[in-house]
Amino acid sequence: MSLGDYLQLGFVQHALIAGALVAIISGLIGPFVITRRAAFAVHGTAELSFTGAAAGLVVANDAVAGALIGSLVVAAAIGLLGVRERERDSAIGVILAFGLGVGVWLLSKQHGFSSTATKILFGYIFGVSTDQIWLLVAVAGGVLVTMTVLYRPLLFASVDPDVAEARGVRGRMVGLVFLVVLALTVTEAAQIVGTLLVLSLAITPAAAAQRLSARPAVVTGLSVLFALVASVGGLLASLETPSVKASVWITTISFAIYVVARVAGTRVTVRRRVPVPA
Amino acid sequence: MTRTKPTVALRGATLRFGARELWAGLDLDVAPGEFVAVLGPNGSGKTSLLKVLLGLQRLTSGSVTVCGRTPRRGSDLVGYVPQQKAFDRDLPLRGRDLVRLGLDGHRWGTALPSRAARARVDRAIESVGATAFADAPLGMLSGGEQQRLRIAQALLGDPRVLLCDEPLLSLDLAHQQATTALIDARRREAKTSVLFVTHEINPVLPLVDRVLYLVGGRWAIGPPDQVMTSARLSALYGTDVDVLRVRGRIVVVGAPDAAHGDVGAGHHHHPVDDDHEVPV
Repeated sequence: MSLGDYLQLGFVQHALIAGALVAIISGLIGPFVITRRAAFAVHGTAELSFTGAAAGLVVANDAVAGALIGSLVVAAAIGLLGVRERERDSAIGVILAFGLGVGVWLLSKQHGFSSTATKILFGYIFGVSTDQIWLLVAVAGGVLVTMTVLYRPLLFASVDPDVAEARGVRGRMVGLVFLVVLALTVTEAAQIVGTLLVLSLAITPAAAAQRLSARPAVVTGLSVLFALVASVGGLLASLETPSVKASVWITTISFAIYVVARVAGTRVTVRRRVPVPA
Repeated sequence: MTRTKPTVALRGATLRFGARELWAGLDLDVAPGEFVAVLGPNGSGKTSLLKVLLGLQRLTSGSVTVCGRTPRRGSDLVGYVPQQKAFDRDLPLRGRDLVRLGLDGHRWGTALPSRAARARVDRAIESVGATAFADAPLGMLSGGEQQRLRIAQALLGDPRVLLCDEPLLSLDLAHQQATTALIDARRREAKTSVLFVTHEINPVLPLVDRVLYLVGGRWAIGPPDQVMTSARLSALYGTDVDVLRVRGRIVVVGAPDAAHGDVGAGHHHHPVDDDHEVPV
């Protein structure tokens, strides 16, 4: 089949829609993940979506719904255990280790353990049902709306927490909402690239964007664009190359964009600096 | 309201955290354009006083008003200048973005491009002489450049009261002078009251109208000549403290905690502020 033939197929169209939406929300949270030093929270919630997916399979034969519900549990657990900033990473580590153990145990009750595990860990968006796609679309829409409302106070609280608090931003509440948004986004991204490779959509595009600009709006826009190119491009490329999984393409494209941005960005960061007379 | 009414008024203001009393029965009227230096050892409640005026902390008892109103979060009546901090070099934020956040960063939603807002930000940046570097990434600016932008950020809402929490800390002498000159100019031109928390009174001594000195629940208020004396500080600390005047500088010797003057200068600690509760 040619690419044109594939694009006529419903499940391919659905996968592309989901891939695009997930890329948009991943690219949107990426700059905040970096500014708030939440990369480990991304990795932790992503890996724990493995447990959620396994639980979903065992309970209702639905890995996607299980992963999404599980991500809310994980966000709540991190929020409760990691109240203070310096406790956060250790709290994530504690939950991550135990949660993954539970996931392995749950999945071992399933037939075809290793192939199911591979799908969850490395992504298998083309195997997701129509209902599950619409669930992903609905959650992505919710994340998009929440991020639009949260954007300004979240930016303020992330880059300048003391003054944000002084100006009336409720930093703790904003942080908790972002944690939920992050967990949902990461779980969605895990459906496309797999739990192990989520960082390629949630961090790499934003990291590349930061090399090219210091304007928050431009960085956010570029981050979304890069995530879109990697996600949709990777899905399309994998249709042409059946032996190579989409997640391999996505991580590769994402990394290539980062390398290019890194090289191109050296010119941007060396700016004319004007010394201030005292 | 007329300009002669106090901008900040505290009556019998008391703040306690559990069994620990930071200050009690504090009476203070700050006049428009007045510069009040807030001094005291670590844990004496200087930062907490600012939090009360920002509407972030409620008094245990007594009353507080800012321009006749109870302080509330996010009020434009109050501007806030924090101490200089290190930003990541690759933080995606320009100086002008930091200033702009002072205008509407606390509001929900996404900031839309606005010519009026941009003009206002430009004016504020120009007024502190930061135009040349306002478009550079924040993480690449010096401490002194940052503090200029901080003052622009704080003045954007045209506040009647400027609260400064150790804004000179970790700045070199030249930048300390530049920063204090900006604050001084503002209070003279716009009659903005200034409450200036500091460990080190000397850089601002020429500007100080009155000193509020807080020590372990006790306090003293008055012009520097009356408060910064051996007798007054000894009484406050409950031990022998010597206040010396050397070449126009004030040196405090023997104050427990050694948190001000030239003894142990540079060490900074926010007692109540220490545990920021910021998930993710």
